[in-house]
Amino acid sequence: MTALPDAHGPKRSWWKSNQQKLTPWLFLAPGIFMFAVYVVWPIFASFQFSFYDWDGLSPKEWVGWGNYQELWGDRNFIISLKNNLIWLVLYMLAVPAGLGIAIFLNQTVSGIRIYKSLFFFPFVISQVVVGLMFAWFYAPNFGLFFQLTEWLFGTGTAVLANPDYATYGIIVAGLWPQIAYCMILYLTGLNNVAPDQIEAARLDGAKGLKMLWYVVLPQLRPATFIAVVVTVIGALRSFDLVSIMTNGGPFGQTRVLSFYMYEKALSEYGYRMGYGAAIAVVLFLIMMVFIAGFVWKMVRDERGH
Amino acid sequence: MLRKPLTAGLALSIALLAGTSAIAQQRVLTFNTDTSDPAPKAAFEALIADFEAEYPDIDVQVNLFDHEGYKTAIRNFLTADSPDLANWYAGNRMKPFVDAGQFMDVSDVWADNGLNEQLASAASSMTIDDKQWGVPYTYYQWGMYYNKALYEQVGAKVPETYDEFVENCKLFKDAGIDCLTTGTSAMWPGAGIFDYFNLRTNGYDFHMQLTGGEIPWTDERVRETFAQWNRLVEPGYITANAAAIDWQDAAALMSQGKAANYVMGNFAVATFKDGGMTDDTLGFFPFPTINPDVARAEDAPTDTVHIPAGAKNPEDAKTFLAFLARADVQTKLNAALGQLPVNNESTVDEADPFLSQGFEMLSTASGLAQFFDRDAPAEMAASGMEGFQEFMAYPDNLEDILTRLESDRQRIYAK
Amino acid sequence: MFPRPIAQRSRAAQLTYQALLPVALILWLLPLLGIAMTSIKPSSDLAAGNYFGLPTHIAIENYWTVLFDFDLWKYIRNSFIVTIPTVIGSVALSCLTGFALGIYRFKGNLLIFFMFVAGNFVPFQILMVPVRDLTLNLGMYNTPQALILFHIAFQTGFCTLFMRNFIAALPRELIEAARVEGVAEWRIFWFVVLPLMKPAIAALSVLIFTFIWNDFFWATVLTTSAETRPVTAGLSSLNGQWVAAWHLVSAGSIVAALPPVAMFFLMQKHFIAGLTLGAVK
Repeated sequence: MTALPDAHGPKRSWWKSNQQKLTPWLFLAPGIFMFAVYVVWPIFASFQFSFYDWDGLSPKEWVGWGNYQELWGDRNFIISLKNNLIWLVLYMLAVPAGLGIAIFLNQTVSGIRIYKSLFFFPFVISQVVVGLMFAWFYAPNFGLFFQLTEWLFGTGTAVLANPDYATYGIIVAGLWPQIAYCMILYLTGLNNVAPDQIEAARLDGAKGLKMLWYVVLPQLRPATFIAVVVTVIGALRSFDLVSIMTNGGPFGQTRVLSFYMYEKALSEYGYRMGYGAAIAVVLFLIMMVFIAGFVWKMVRDERGH
Repeated sequence: MLRKPLTAGLALSIALLAGTSAIAQQRVLTFNTDTSDPAPKAAFEALIADFEAEYPDIDVQVNLFDHEGYKTAIRNFLTADSPDLANWYAGNRMKPFVDAGQFMDVSDVWADNGLNEQLASAASSMTIDDKQWGVPYTYYQWGMYYNKALYEQVGAKVPETYDEFVENCKLFKDAGIDCLTTGTSAMWPGAGIFDYFNLRTNGYDFHMQLTGGEIPWTDERVRETFAQWNRLVEPGYITANAAAIDWQDAAALMSQGKAANYVMGNFAVATFKDGGMTDDTLGFFPFPTINPDVARAEDAPTDTVHIPAGAKNPEDAKTFLAFLARADVQTKLNAALGQLPVNNESTVDEADPFLSQGFEMLSTASGLAQFFDRDAPAEMAASGMEGFQEFMAYPDNLEDILTRLESDRQRIYAK
Repeated sequence: MFPRPIAQRSRAAQLTYQALLPVALILWLLPLLGIAMTSIKPSSDLAAGNYFGLPTHIAIENYWTVLFDFDLWKYIRNSFIVTIPTVIGSVALSCLTGFALGIYRFKGNLLIFFMFVAGNFVPFQILMVPVRDLTLNLGMYNTPQALILFHIAFQTGFCTLFMRNFIAALPRELIEAARVEGVAEWRIFWFVVLPLMKPAIAALSVLIFTFIWNDFFWATVLTTSAETRPVTAGLSSLNGQWVAAWHLVSAGSIVAALPPVAMFFLMQKHFIAGLTLGAVK
């Protein structure tokens, strides 16, 4: 026993003295490795792919900015970009709508907890299932919505067959779970709104929108921030619903960037990996504007601590 | 206590070893196929059993893929883990694989087995650079399926010419029936309609030049095709909202008596019959004549089997292809598939009115097109089908659609 | 716009509110109720045009049909095969990274933290072509491992954000005290911090379970066959075979939605705690 410290002494003390420095890196290593291989590297690789023409079979061929030049004149790309903008703007409705429902449900009556969880329910369901539900809802001839419009206006509207309405129809389907998500964020936020401040404001005569804007919302700021972040991400990632409900149709009018890139790169009529990568790069750059904003705010908050 | 299980285990492992060595003497042939639907699956199981019975020293191992997933999977397994045999399609659909050197040249199988004569009708669609790249085993006709009861109801006669067809449409419209139905949610049903309008208006050679990218989409003759088509679109003779309807849903419209005609492939017969139609109520006629000076050509998509360039056992794979091309084998296989054999020495089931009509129609046709999305390159096919879908909803957008297709043509074929 | 607590309002207001709640809920869940109703209708009802009325009899056999005739059970099994290891893997990895980033002050800490955070926001389409290519080269295309590894890596971003914030909020005195005692760092992690992380682990597990179960995009990109596809992608391929058979589509949808819904109702507290992390200061 007494001999051991001699043999291991110097080594152990080196470890001991550096333990605090090395431990975090050892703990980080597996996470960083996985993240680097599957997330960080692929981002750079996509940038690289976007300068090639590649069908997944033949050797890759360097085309420089060719894919990007083609994007510029590609009508379907412009349609996708436009639809992404519509998504982004209309998806934001989830934030006030979620707030509205949260305020509506923010009461203490018997059974309210069950109501809250049932209202939240849509968020738990897969978007594939949500898409199928709404496809059934909109279906020409027998769909509930079709019948409703037929009853109201005499002729039924087949939302998903109409290039002017189809994108909006899909967005409504997307809003359903998204509103539920924002609602739950706000319900949690409302739990922490100080009742005495509300009372004080009420005594000062604050009512209606003024009360909401000047007293309640400032206290809900963290919830609003997260609601906006998840809604922006949700809007730009929208793939599942488009793919399930219309597959981009009618005649390509409901495409969004995330769907179009998949279509170009991997669908039956696609296999232009480089072109798909170029679309993904554009989507990434749009998202970068938001990511940079979010991260900047979070860093500021972090430093502020 | 331990001994018994131990000896049992030993015996078992010896048995396993013996088993594997017995299999090892057999030569293995791996076959990747997308025949996952019930009827094709059973047909291929029987085919492979027959082959193994004839060549007992060859063991065929089948990897079954989902029909849609296969289109993606083939790109991966050809480059990563190549089988000895793979299903695919003729025409332009196989061209990317041939160009990339992923399919093996099987001209020797054709030459040694007299396939150039027996499979003559499909030879041109299997040939690239004067070589053959696979063996076709089945095809099926496209044409006009119709509801006989509705024809009787409005007093319409089965039309020979397109003018008669349009006349009939007026009768159907007055009776509140869709004259022509389709569901283009999956895009391709619209391409079948276009193929026929173009084949009947401008003929086979023109159609092949157009899908081959040699003729501008803004050509007057293409406009004429659409003008003929518009005689159905403008008056509202085609089912509304077709873009959001699946082809099976449109088939239901016909079996329920809400639509009279449907331009479809013969595989739809099963769907019509599931919907309650019988040989007495379901009828078939070739797409009517538009321009009497144009020789009759038909759409007949062909399914094929190929040997990937990376096959490990190409010798036995060629034996399999020769077997698959044989007249008696194709007769039996197609009877099970409910489709038409490519080998002209094969026979079809006389009792099936659709098969015998189709066989007669195809063997007397002046030319066989594969189908728009197999004759045109993938990207052109995609934008074309989108255009057809839009045309049926908004015929007034035709100029815009044609200009777009033309600019796509100039870009896509330039590569 | 910020109503008084209902208890302080008149009796009439209270009754109106209580009556309004179920009406609002039914309207809100209308698509879901429609699907649930359709899923127990016999196909003869749909053929006869009974789309909205009550079913003539309750056709539980629809569920057997989708599960066994169409092999939906296989897709469900595949979903479990992918989801469970992913939950374990990403929660384990993020316990480690969260500990490192939450406890230690070192150069690059914030940078690494924000790398994880930013990666979490990335549109995953940009990863598609390279990840698919990598998976092919690893020989894992169309296997559960392909999805598991990718999901673990991608979810590590979100999990790290979560764990790091949770650990940073733990009382530091505990750790300092252990260090003074001379306890090795890994033992501090194992015996001091980990037991305190149980609620965070529970919350993350339910969340990740739901996210992965509901993933459709990667399931489509990395798997192709019925033997490997998770239920979301399976539902989409089955949808192709079920056209016009809405009773089957509905039953399939309900089955596919069930596991995350059950998870949600069983672990509701954890679920919401996980989701709303950061929504309150």
